[in-house]
Amino acid sequence: MNKILKYGAAGLAALAAGAMPAFAQEAAEAAPAVANPGNNAWMMTSTVLVLAMILPGLALFYGGLTRSKNMLSTMTQIGATAALAMIVWVIWGYSTAFGPEGNAFFSWGNLFLAGTTPDSTAATFSDEVISEYVFISFQMTFAAITAALILGATAERMKFSAVMVFVPIWLTIVYFPIAHMVWGGGGLILDWGALDFAGGTVVHINAGVSGLVLAYLLGKRKGYPTEPMPPHSLTLTMVGTGLLWVGWFGFNAGSELEADGFAGLAMINTFVATAAAALAWMVTEKLAGQKPSALGFCSGVIAGLVAVTPAAGNSGPMGALVLGIVSAVVCYFAVAKLKNAMGYDDSLDAFGIHGVGGIVGAIGTGIVYSPALGGPGDPADFVMGAQVWIQIKAVVVAIVWAGVGTAIAGFIAKILTGLRVSEQTEIEGLDISEHGERAYN
Amino acid sequence: MKFIIAIIKPFKLDEVREALGGLGVAGMTVSEVKGFGRQKGQTEIYRGAEYSVNMLPKVKLEIATSDELMPKVVETIQQTASTESIGDGKIFVLDLESTTRIRTGETNETAL
Repeated sequence: MNKILKYGAAGLAALAAGAMPAFAQEAAEAAPAVANPGNNAWMMTSTVLVLAMILPGLALFYGGLTRSKNMLSTMTQIGATAALAMIVWVIWGYSTAFGPEGNAFFSWGNLFLAGTTPDSTAATFSDEVISEYVFISFQMTFAAITAALILGATAERMKFSAVMVFVPIWLTIVYFPIAHMVWGGGGLILDWGALDFAGGTVVHINAGVSGLVLAYLLGKRKGYPTEPMPPHSLTLTMVGTGLLWVGWFGFNAGSELEADGFAGLAMINTFVATAAAALAWMVTEKLAGQKPSALGFCSGVIAGLVAVTPAAGNSGPMGALVLGIVSAVVCYFAVAKLKNAMGYDDSLDAFGIHGVGGIVGAIGTGIVYSPALGGPGDPADFVMGAQVWIQIKAVVVAIVWAGVGTAIAGFIAKILTGLRVSEQTEIEGLDISEHGERAYN
Repeated sequence: MKFIIAIIKPFKLDEVREALGGLGVAGMTVSEVKGFGRQKGQTEIYRGAEYSVNMLPKVKLEIATSDELMPKVVETIQQTASTESIGDGKIFVLDLESTTRIRTGETNETAL
């Protein structure tokens, strides 16, 4: 069973539902396409699970890693970014990524959701359909979390106003086109045959690379790396990690768009890869002469979740186990060694874990898809080398597109807002200077 | 009168308080403090970023006593707070000029 074709079907169905009312009407007369209540209920559940990944999951995960003077700033930026992304999504985002008409790079034709009604449906990967409003909501949460993930790289120094200017521009020129290329009907990367089950390329590589570019544009935090900047509450980071893991079942298993066997495969892989990565990160710490740490556990969980995202329904459980281990080890070296060697200040390691883990996952998916390794690839025509090459091409397109687009959006935000807070604000902390509040009294 | 300042390991606080209560010490002030002495700090590592922490958390006790009780108090703190390893802390004794109980206005020994 080929997941790519299934996603193509979803895009086309959204297209049919929006663009050709006459056709839809005829189809309705022949056999009314009604959303299966079971699948619909699962997708509504998945959608709110992804929301829980953002608020409170990501907000606590990132918030705990910052210093206490920047706790509220970090969480407020995430909340406001998610809210802004939701508004942008219903006005022009959905139309630009999954609109009824389009080319290889973006789509159009459903501004303000004008073409969608409660009767509209979006196809899943079989002959089932789900409510289009549910599909729109599900995809909306993906746009929201991807924009929020970037803020890990820019924490403790980016102005709130700059975030509010950057996010809508970035969504428009980076996220919507990449989502369309990978998942939309007629999308460039979809047509190449790239495998991305739940958004390793669209969400994680995209957010990670964008974060890295923005971290370079902003410059290092004052005092980095000589002053100690330890996380102010790994307890909250652990709580956020748990919520992210739970929410990720909506993200990964929900990406099947049905409550079927492949959703089950995505579910077990989301357990196995994550558990393996959490342990592998701590083992790596031990082998590097350190202690197995709480933050190491949390980092491993995220590295595993990120890597299994594109592979969730595209791998057997044993493939996912190996993928989780590889991702944890590679991400450990990215955050503990590469970051120091390169000298960039990716505050909370958005690139080190989401970018690097996303690349490991995207390329690894081309390997673990192999039926010889227990993956769901078709034994008759699966060629690993060819698939890996397609995966690499997709990764390169995402990196270049995200890099260039972020530079443009960041530059506009810099002209309009100055991008970075003043030195005085940075020393006092963004909570009191930017929001007039303290996290702890 | 004497004023005793003792810096001890935080986990020894309850034991010391109980022992001093048995001696008839009527009150003390306790604060959480940080500092350094001969004990070396610890190294903390977060995703590969190493920070050496050279200020360690301790508990500071402040006790006002009569001249007669002072040696017993010092001895009791020394014996209960000791783990026989570095970082156990120190005890300082100062002369105390005067004491006043705010509620009644009593002074010196009667105010202790």
